[in-house]
Amino acid sequence: MKFTLSWLKDYLETSATVDEIAAGLLGIGLEVEDISDKTKALSAFTVAHVKTAEKHPNADKLRLCVVETKDGVKQVVCGAPNARGGMTAIVALPGVVIPVTGQVFAPATIRGSESQAMLCSERELLLSDEHDGIIDVAGDWPVGTLAAQALGLDDPMFYVKVTANRPDALGIYGIARDLAAKGLGTLKPLNAAPVKGIFDSTIKVSLDFPKGDEKACALFVGRHFRGVKNGPSPAWMQQRLKAIGLRPISTLVDITNYVTFAYGRPLHVFDARKVTGNITARFAKDGETLAALDNKTYTLSPGMTVIADDAHAEAVGGIIGGVPSSCTAETTDIFLEAAWFDPVRTATTGRKLGIHSDARYRFERGVDPGFVATGAEIATQMILDLCGGEASHLVIAGKAPETKRAITLRRDRVKKLGGLDCPWAEQLRILRALGFTVTDAAAGASCLPPTWRPDVNGEADLVEEICRIVGLENIPYTEMERPSPVARPVLTPLQKRMLASRRILATRGFNEAVTYAFLPSAHAKLFGGGTRELQLANAISSELTDMRPSLLPNLVAAAGRNIARGFADFAIAEVGHAYAGDKLENETLRAAGIRQGASQPKQWLGGTRVVDAFDVKADVLAVIEACGLTSSTMQVVQGAPPWFHPGRSGTVQMGPKNQIAWFGEVHPMILSEMDVKGPIVAFELVLNALPAPRQKGTAKAALVLSDLMPLARDFAFVVEPSVQSSEVLKAAKAADKALIADAQVFDVFKLPDGKISLAVSVTLQPRDKTMTEEEIDFTSKKIIASVAKATGATLRT
Amino acid sequence: MSLATLESETLAQIAKAADEVALESVRVNALGKKGVISEQMKGLGALSPDERKTFGAALNLLKDKVTEAIAARKSVLARAAMDQRLASERVDITLPSRHELTGTVHPVSQVWEEVVQIFGDLGFAVAEGPHIEDDFHNFDALNMPPEHPARQEHDTFYFNAREDGSRMVLRTHTSPVQIRTMLSQKPPIRVIAPGRTFRSDSDMTHTPMFNQVEALVIDETTHMGHLKWCLHEFCKAFFEVDDVKMRFRASHFPFTEPSMEVDIQCSWKDGQVKIGEGESWLEILGSGMVHPNVIKSCGLDPQKYQGFAFGMGIDRIAMLKYGIPDLRAFFDSDLRWLRHYGFKALQVPTLAGGLS
Repeated sequence: MKFTLSWLKDYLETSATVDEIAAGLLGIGLEVEDISDKTKALSAFTVAHVKTAEKHPNADKLRLCVVETKDGVKQVVCGAPNARGGMTAIVALPGVVIPVTGQVFAPATIRGSESQAMLCSERELLLSDEHDGIIDVAGDWPVGTLAAQALGLDDPMFYVKVTANRPDALGIYGIARDLAAKGLGTLKPLNAAPVKGIFDSTIKVSLDFPKGDEKACALFVGRHFRGVKNGPSPAWMQQRLKAIGLRPISTLVDITNYVTFAYGRPLHVFDARKVTGNITARFAKDGETLAALDNKTYTLSPGMTVIADDAHAEAVGGIIGGVPSSCTAETTDIFLEAAWFDPVRTATTGRKLGIHSDARYRFERGVDPGFVATGAEIATQMILDLCGGEASHLVIAGKAPETKRAITLRRDRVKKLGGLDCPWAEQLRILRALGFTVTDAAAGASCLPPTWRPDVNGEADLVEEICRIVGLENIPYTEMERPSPVARPVLTPLQKRMLASRRILATRGFNEAVTYAFLPSAHAKLFGGGTRELQLANAISSELTDMRPSLLPNLVAAAGRNIARGFADFAIAEVGHAYAGDKLENETLRAAGIRQGASQPKQWLGGTRVVDAFDVKADVLAVIEACGLTSSTMQVVQGAPPWFHPGRSGTVQMGPKNQIAWFGEVHPMILSEMDVKGPIVAFELVLNALPAPRQKGTAKAALVLSDLMPLARDFAFVVEPSVQSSEVLKAAKAADKALIADAQVFDVFKLPDGKISLAVSVTLQPRDKTMTEEEIDFTSKKIIASVAKATGATLRT
Repeated sequence: MSLATLESETLAQIAKAADEVALESVRVNALGKKGVISEQMKGLGALSPDERKTFGAALNLLKDKVTEAIAARKSVLARAAMDQRLASERVDITLPSRHELTGTVHPVSQVWEEVVQIFGDLGFAVAEGPHIEDDFHNFDALNMPPEHPARQEHDTFYFNAREDGSRMVLRTHTSPVQIRTMLSQKPPIRVIAPGRTFRSDSDMTHTPMFNQVEALVIDETTHMGHLKWCLHEFCKAFFEVDDVKMRFRASHFPFTEPSMEVDIQCSWKDGQVKIGEGESWLEILGSGMVHPNVIKSCGLDPQKYQGFAFGMGIDRIAMLKYGIPDLRAFFDSDLRWLRHYGFKALQVPTLAGGLS
């Protein structure tokens, strides 16, 4: 919403400065986006009179001018073709900064003649792109007049952001009312005396809506004019419209725009001679078309409100007019429309048609239903004043929708909800200044909101009105009570695990990334996603169409981008959500990471190797431990989802139904599909799948120590390739659960016959006495027997 | 040879022995089976008891002296040999150590923890909700009926319509967590809800995904003064400044009434922003008292309960605090960026130790 200071002052009697008005607007909730005040920018430039302009003695295209300035007569060398004796120009004197270059102007000698000042073009002053000549000032301005004044640019323009709830502030009069309530002046009374009609309109108006939908166009106030003369509007009106960015068209159109911005009251004028028969507001017929004023033809559908004559739809109600019945320079008879259109329907129609107009902008937010006839009267007077002719009696169909509602403001409510101490009398003054009808009583005040405030519907709204006018800066900071002297912990176990996962992964060398939650459909499909329920209907690009089924595809893609930048041998992780479906329970928090290339970059100590599944296995187990669980209580089984290498991947689980994590080499097919250079190993752990922490209380289990030395015995088992080391270790430990403290694999290799040699070290922890050789032998035999029974292993000879 | 001569010669040989081999041969010559001293010992039997006593004692004394001298010399030689070996083992200690990858924590995660530290101290729990939301939680219950103009301004991502005609959305703000919290908890409520949010918007300063933190307080007495205090205390603590001027502007959000936008004082120098000084203002958040309609749609009585809510961008406050220029880079996973703007693994923000 834009307006100029002088326009505002038509409605607000005020001596406030531009800065004071800007501060006031900001505080009351009309955020000032910009103030363009050319007075400041042009303050160094003044009017000068060019007395003579002769050809420069040494240059064909230059002129030597004698110019009278506020600092005396100056000689000016000027290249502008329009420089001539007798013209009024804008001059820059030495020391002035020229806006377009930012350079200080200094006198110079040009082709042997001194140039003591500079005559400016519009572009040099950043007023426009015009640079074909110097500014030719219209009007009779004395030397030394400020340029802004002579050029009609001394009217500061405000650009305020009006929030969606304030249709009343989409008219300058409404803004003036707010400022007056704030104490920045006095609101001038409306000048809207009814104009007496002198004939009966030959065009009748009817509203034709199905029962229940009358609100679509609840009220239509029309007026017929005869003998008007349409042409360019007067300079003052054009200047105001141009200042706020509107293009003057013709007096009649300019009047409707003027009233739209001045009072937030959109209007329309039809050329009455082009109207066939009478006017009806009705729903569009299916497929009905309208050639609109934006030079596009729209196909309308039922439910859209149109203003039609007996032949066609002539306008989309509250949105845009049509070309066939529009006013031209030849127009002499017109029909003025001031109507009230339903906000919701206007918004829906406007959205469907994709039309953005000043009228739609206001109607969909709610135009004042109490101002329909008033707006028509104001426009009538302007038409008669500027276009002549005569006006009919008003033609009225329907009635304004009922908006009367009483809201009680309790006396303590501003204090209790707003935290603001404001005297009761001042509260009532503010509400009245904003147009509320207020009846005071002991318990509170009964307030009837004005018709232009559809946003005020409850007591909280009244509190807001008072707080914003008094100023939110006047609400004192009030300390909140501490719920507990020493703060209690607030994080859930899952949140703590999220933090622990991040930190443990960072200690293990992962750079944490945050990638998008969406990805290309092709990538989603590679990782088990791509279902329709997780596809966006309005994706922003083909790269961001599906919700990620896993954190891994975006990490793999990120690896690809980093490899393209010349990186290798890195680790990237993310802790975030993945989506298995569109329901709450389908969204899980996960920790995932990938390692690429070598375990360490090439280094003088040697020892680098290609990353492998056991790197990420260690990562998974470390995350599990960091989450407060014992990883040894979980099973690691062969195989993982199909985006992993089928033979070099595993799943961590607590029973086959409760899978917790997957890890291993990323399937080479996936890498080739995504065009990412391997090897890449990856893991993904579902934090939601981890069991709840068991511990109760803070005490740890008692530590049981033995004074007796543990002893180790090594075994070389030979097993079939299908036998897993975990089975061997499990069987070894099961041989004597009390005595065997640990069993570890310390060597694995393939024998010539294809079988596997598995070297296992078993630690025995005697509990109450040192073991004899016989006892040790006995236990060893039990171990061998247990492993043999479980896995078919034999002892290597 | 007299014992005195034998002693002085043997001790001299010991002192002269240059290495353990030489020393061993001295020992064998003196104390070995056929050594000089051993031979003398063998001759003791031929002496008279008196002579044997005197000479024997002297001989034992000599033997002890020689044994001791050999041990002492041996120790000296061993030390010298070790010194020599160590000298030969010298490495160029300026060579690099074994390379280890250095991990980092993303600024969004770091700021998540900072925000939680501050609000946790004030008794705010951390609430969460799904990213894929329904219209009820994202809009309707937040006083944004389908035709509400503000709803159009949300640039919502929609999913394909289901068979029943309903369609899910990606939450456009963290505010639906307010609704979920009020529906599942009884007042008094104090929660913050940090998390991902989504809008169909992408340019220099917008990304289709970003992070917000929401706060919600519901009880019977909390008012705008408390809201202002809470925001002021948060900004001081978060930006780690003694004081910061704040500007509160009336505004409008469908889910709060009264509503306000909040600016903080800052200065701009060489493209870097500094919070808590200077003459400029920077908008950082929207806030207000929870709209009675919102309280009502969560099944609570708006005559009895009231409170405040606010929402701000985690990415945005991270950018301001840590001087990170470009929002889009947050989600680009460029290792150069992650390593530069990321935080050390053990740099955990705490109130006791400081946030940064």
